[in-house]
Formats: sequence, structure tokens, C-alpha cells
Amino acid sequence: MSIRERLSGNEAIAFAMKQINPDVVAAFPITPSTEIPQYFSQYVADGQVDTEFVPVESEHSAISACVGSQAAGARTMTATSSCGLALMHEILYVAASNRLPITIAAINRALSGPININADHSDTMGSRDSGWIQIYSENNQEAYDNFIQALKIAEHKDVQLPAMVCQDGFITSHAVENIELIEDAKVKEFVGEYNPECYLLNEKQPMSIGPYDTPSYYLEHKRQQAEGMKNAKRVALEVAKEFEKISGRKYGLFEAYKLEDAEAAIVIINSTAGTAKDAVDKLRNEGKKVGLLKIRLFRPFPAEEIAKALKHVKVLAAMDKTESFSSQGGPLGAEIKAALYHEKESPTVINYIYGLGGRDVRVEDIGSVYEDLYKILATGITGETYRYLSVRDQEGK
Amino acid sequence: MAYNLKQELSKPDRLAGGHRMCAGCGAPIAVRGVTRAVKEGDKLVVGCATGCLEVSTFMYPYTSWKDSFIHNAFENAGATMSGVEAAYKALKRKGKIKGEYKFIAFGGDGGTYDIGLQSLSGAMERGHDMVYVCYDNGAYMNTGIQRSSATPKFADTTTTPSGKESTGKPQGRKDLTQIIANHHIPYVAQTTFFRNFKDLHEKSEKAIYKKGAAFLNVLAPCPRGWRYPTEDIMEMCKLAVDTCFWPLYEVEDGKWKLNYIPKKKLPIADFLKPQGRFKHLFTPDNEHLIQEYQKEIDQRWEDLLALCGEKSNVVTS
Ligand SMILES: Cc1ncc(C[n+]2csc(CCOP(=O)(O)OP(=O)(O)O)c2C)c(N)n1
Ligand code: SF4
Ligand SMILES: [Mg+2]
Repeated sequence: MSIRERLSGNEAIAFAMKQINPDVVAAFPITPSTEIPQYFSQYVADGQVDTEFVPVESEHSAISACVGSQAAGARTMTATSSCGLALMHEILYVAASNRLPITIAAINRALSGPININADHSDTMGSRDSGWIQIYSENNQEAYDNFIQALKIAEHKDVQLPAMVCQDGFITSHAVENIELIEDAKVKEFVGEYNPECYLLNEKQPMSIGPYDTPSYYLEHKRQQAEGMKNAKRVALEVAKEFEKISGRKYGLFEAYKLEDAEAAIVIINSTAGTAKDAVDKLRNEGKKVGLLKIRLFRPFPAEEIAKALKHVKVLAAMDKTESFSSQGGPLGAEIKAALYHEKESPTVINYIYGLGGRDVRVEDIGSVYEDLYKILATGITGETYRYLSVRDQEGK
Repeated sequence: MAYNLKQELSKPDRLAGGHRMCAGCGAPIAVRGVTRAVKEGDKLVVGCATGCLEVSTFMYPYTSWKDSFIHNAFENAGATMSGVEAAYKALKRKGKIKGEYKFIAFGGDGGTYDIGLQSLSGAMERGHDMVYVCYDNGAYMNTGIQRSSATPKFADTTTTPSGKESTGKPQGRKDLTQIIANHHIPYVAQTTFFRNFKDLHEKSEKAIYKKGAAFLNVLAPCPRGWRYPTEDIMEMCKLAVDTCFWPLYEVEDGKWKLNYIPKKKLPIADFLKPQGRFKHLFTPDNEHLIQEYQKEIDQRWEDLLALCGEKSNVVTS
């Protein structure tokens, strides 16, 4: 029997960590992910887990210790946000290239500057090319479910890459909602033991890790790493199937919501998908054929499947909760356009930047996006393809 | 058993030959000297910061390390080894590991005094059961001899070149050994290659087998950066010690102890003179700089004597 509870997103992650009972957790506080190491160190203090908790002096050291620990043969996790993830940046690449399946609970928060503690995706989008698997979550339930699945995907022998499980700071990390938890024993059986093939503390066979790599090998090593990432797509689906058996909840590469016959649709990440679904329902009631695609796996990016799901749509809004300062939109927009490029017929794509630094996005805001899309449908005039949603013309007005 | 260099040298090396360090480099000597103190049956994980030692001993697909070895990045050998040690504790507790492991991280002065200071400080303060060894060659050698905060005053480096308007590095050295000693960890020592290596060996043994965090600062000359004849490494170390540029001392459970007081404290010029990086000091115009240098050395030596409860023995001439 699953357990019905009311938990915040952070509590849900901490609870999942407790159930997994990792060997090592090394973490450093930063809003809004701070609660995770707080809850977790209480579990350690109360003897509810037998994890070694390393209260490091920075996020750079958190991820560095995670690299050491995972390489040593221990299942290792951390949590962070924003500047913390940015401070880890250098070592994220080291973790991925050393094929160390570390798990990060990434609680999305805007990057400085100006300093801002609220949700946007600039932090994890900044590390999208670091070689980490990225899984995004709409709410506390998905955060919990994704976290449990993430390490199983990451540790799979065909993948062996680190994974970050992302959710929106405060909006879901702090909001308490209903959640269905899986029984302890089932979670433990699902994740199993971490038994890597090669590790530092293998008493029979020592290992050297982190070499100086010359041009004669580096390219092949990167190619192998990319293969692991490719495999993660297949493995994510396999793991989702297994997960459905213990939870009854279905997961795919993304979620398609009323998309099948949609003529106008949006693609969106994390908590705003919930708001957007309300907007979709409202418009559907008015007879409008609108739909939504919610990203789950962003790395690897399931381009083919996404293109297939979207190609029949006439106008599409790619919603980026981050800037990339390319002057033509954000990272999601770029991926979506690239995914659709090879389709003979593909939707017109408008790329919106929205909700930066935690700016609230209401159902009406998303409604206005669909309105814009319908205007394009009606007039055939695309207009500016790189837009800001609900932005004032000048600050302070 | 009494220390015997010959016997120690007959032990199998944990760092294999054939690595790519320069001939006469101090770094591998430091590594061998330290790791010889690990008991033969004990297992070891070595960590290393980016620098000459790391890039020359582990170039894919070859490794010179017979024990498990991890390189992560330039500034995080302390944190990386913290993680390895934490993993050991966890896996040992879960019965997944039976044997005894020791953990030693090596970093150059750049990776230790400068960019890796925070990571080192954190690892020491948290008290991981590990040894951090700084092989101090007084500059960023791997990137072409740039100054570090360990570079001695007036040294000519590629970022503190001597010239018409410059007499080399304007600042004195940061005293990292004392900084780490003030972390109040069980064992901190400063050593180098001296006489029969007894000092290095005994300090390594204490550092490795004392429970908790330990730090060794090993002066490890670089013939390329210092510009002295390669074969003179032992002489360079002896001069560093006898001029009190590099005093041999240890802080064990809070007790400061000088391990060697030169019978005749040599003038700092004796240490500077054979090194090309100080050549510009030996012109009639720059004599005052050597005097200034001597003053700084004397002051630091006096301070150290006081910390170690020794009487002042500086003779001002
Ligand atoms: C973050 C970062 N900054 C700079 C470098 C470039 N770098 C590599 S080794 C090195 C100097 C190493 O100096 P030190 O620690 O004294 O070791 P040595 O080479 O002298 O043995 C530098 C600057 C780097 N690898 N990483
Ligand atoms: S440059 Fe100096 S430190 Fe580097 S390998 Fe050569 S002698 Fe050793
Ligand atoms: Mg150096």
C-alpha cells in the first residue's frame, strides 16, 4: 500500500533520499534547496539512515567530494540551487566525463545578478551541456518519483552518467501538497545496491581515475560519453516501466496534454505546466483546440519523439524561464526549433521568455500566449518570434 | 625499529618510474618519501591536484600509480579526498570493505596555498582521516613558472619578472604551515629532503598513522623554475634549512616543536645565490634587498623559535 502524505517538494526529495539510504551525501546550504540537507542531516542524527554526511564549506567542494566518493564506489548525492550549481560548474563536467552517476536535487532558482532567490531555470539551463542527465518535475510528486528513477537511469551500465532532478524553487520546493509515497522496502528493492565495476576502494583491483588526456584519445572518450547519454533515453523509458509497477504512475520522455488534435500548443518546463494546463482546460471548454507538451527529459533531449508529437501543430510557443542572450530566444526554443527542422511540415514557433527571477505567471498570462498564437493562425502574420511574456516596458512602472 | 634509509629504499615504490617529470624534480622524491611510510600491507588511495605531478604521472592510457589514484581538478584535492574518505567510512560500516586504507592527497603550492586553500581548509577543519601533502616548489611550474603566494620574495617568475622597474616578486611568502597549524588538527609538519630523509620519513609516518587530519608541507625544489644545477637538489634543500628559509618543525596535538636548529645559521644569500631566479639581487645596487630579505627571515625564525619555546639565537652581524 502506498502512503498518502502532505509534503513540500524539498521534503519529498529528502524523504526519497532517506528511503534510498545513499552511502554519502555532501552538501552546502543555499535557498531554496537548503531544507534538503537540513532534513537529511536530521535523518543521520536520528539514525534513520547510515549515510556519511559531509557538511562541506562550499558547493564546489560538495560536488568535488561527491566525485571522490562516487569514484570510491559509494552511492552519492547532493542538493543545490542557483549560484551553488554555478559554483559546481567546472566539476559537473569532471563528474560526467568520469562516468560517475552522482544525483543532484536541483531546486531551480535564478542566477545572480542581481541576486534573486526565486525560481527560474537559468541555473540548470546553464549546466545543460555539462553531460548530466536532466529531468524536470512539475510538482512534488514528480520530483519524488523522478528522483527515485534518476539514480537507476544514471547507474545503468549503458549510461553511467550523473543526473540532476529539477523542480521550481519555492513554487514546488516549499509548497505543501498531497503526495503518494512508495513503501520503503519497494523503493529499496527498486534502486538496489550500487555495485560499480571499477572503483577506487576495490580491494582486488586498484584504479586510476581522472587522467591527463591527449588529443589521441579525448575525442573517442567524448564520443563514448555521448553514447551513454543517447542510451539514457531508452533506459529512462525502461526504468519508467519498472517504476509504474511499484507506483502505478506512468512516466514518459515528456507529457503530452490534449496535444493530439491541437492546432496551437505550448512547450513548457516544470511548475508552470500546471498553470498552463488550467489555461488549456479553459480554452478547450471554449472549443479551442489547444494543447501542451511538458518537458521531462531535457538531457538527453528526445528530439525525434518531440518532433513527432508536435509536427501537426500549426503554431507553437516554446516557453523559456531563462534568457540565453542569444538575441533570438532561450535554450528550450533552440532545442524545439532544431527538433522540428527536419519535419516537412512544422509549426511556426514563437519563443517566449517568461517568469524570470520568480515573476508570477497566472493562468491569464498563459491564456494570452494562446491568444497570440491564434492571432498568428488567423492573420498568417508571425511577427516577432522572440518575445517576453507579461513584461512592463520599463522597470518600476 | 630504528630508521634506516637503505632499508627504506629497498621497499617497493608505490610510484613507478617512467613518468614524465623532469630529471631531478623534487615532486616525485616527495611522493616516494611520503608513501614509503605507508606500511606494506596497507592499502592507499592517492589524490592529486592538477599540476606538474598529476599531468606527468597519469597520462592516458598509462598510470604511474600502483595504488588507486584520483585526480579531479586544480583546486579541490582536499574536498575530493574528503569524499573518498567519507565513502570509505560508509562502505566499511556497511561491511563492503575489509582492509585498512590510508588517504593521501598531493597538491603543488599553487593548488594548495592559492586556488585550493578553501578546499584544503575545509577538509582539515572537518577532520577527515587523511594526509594532505603540499609539494612546494614555489611557483606554478606546470603552466610555466608563474608566481604563487608561496613564491619567495624577489623571485623572478614569469608573472613577477625582474626588470628595469622590478626586482621580482614584491611580496613575501604566505606561511601556510602555520595557517594549517592554526586549524588545530592533530598533526602538521614542515619538512624537506634533508640528510638521510629521516625527518621526512618520520613526519610522514606520524601524519599517516595519527587519526584525523594531517598536513605536511614539503619543500620540493624545481630545477627548472629555480634555475640551479639539477644534481644539486640535496644541497638546495640543506641551504633552505640551514639559512632558516625552510625550518623543520612540527605541531603535534597542539605542541610546537623545532626538529632542527642549525648550529650555524647561514645567511639567506647562501640560499639565493645558486638560483638563477635571484640573479638580479646580486648586483651592487641591490645589496640592500638581500639585507631586507635577511631581516624578514630573521623575524620569522624568531617568531617560530618563540612558538616552539626555544631561546632566540639570531646573531645580528
Ligand atoms: C581552475 C584552473 N585554473 C587554472 C588552471 C591551470 N593550471 C594548471 S596547473 C597550474 C599550476 C600548478 O601549480 P602548482 O600547484 O604549484 O603545481 P606545480 O605545477 O608547480 O607542480 C595552473 C595554473 C587549471 N588547471 N584550473
Ligand atoms: S617543471 Fe619543475 S616541478 Fe615541473 S616537472 Fe619539471 S622540475 Fe618538476
Ligand atoms: Mg608549484
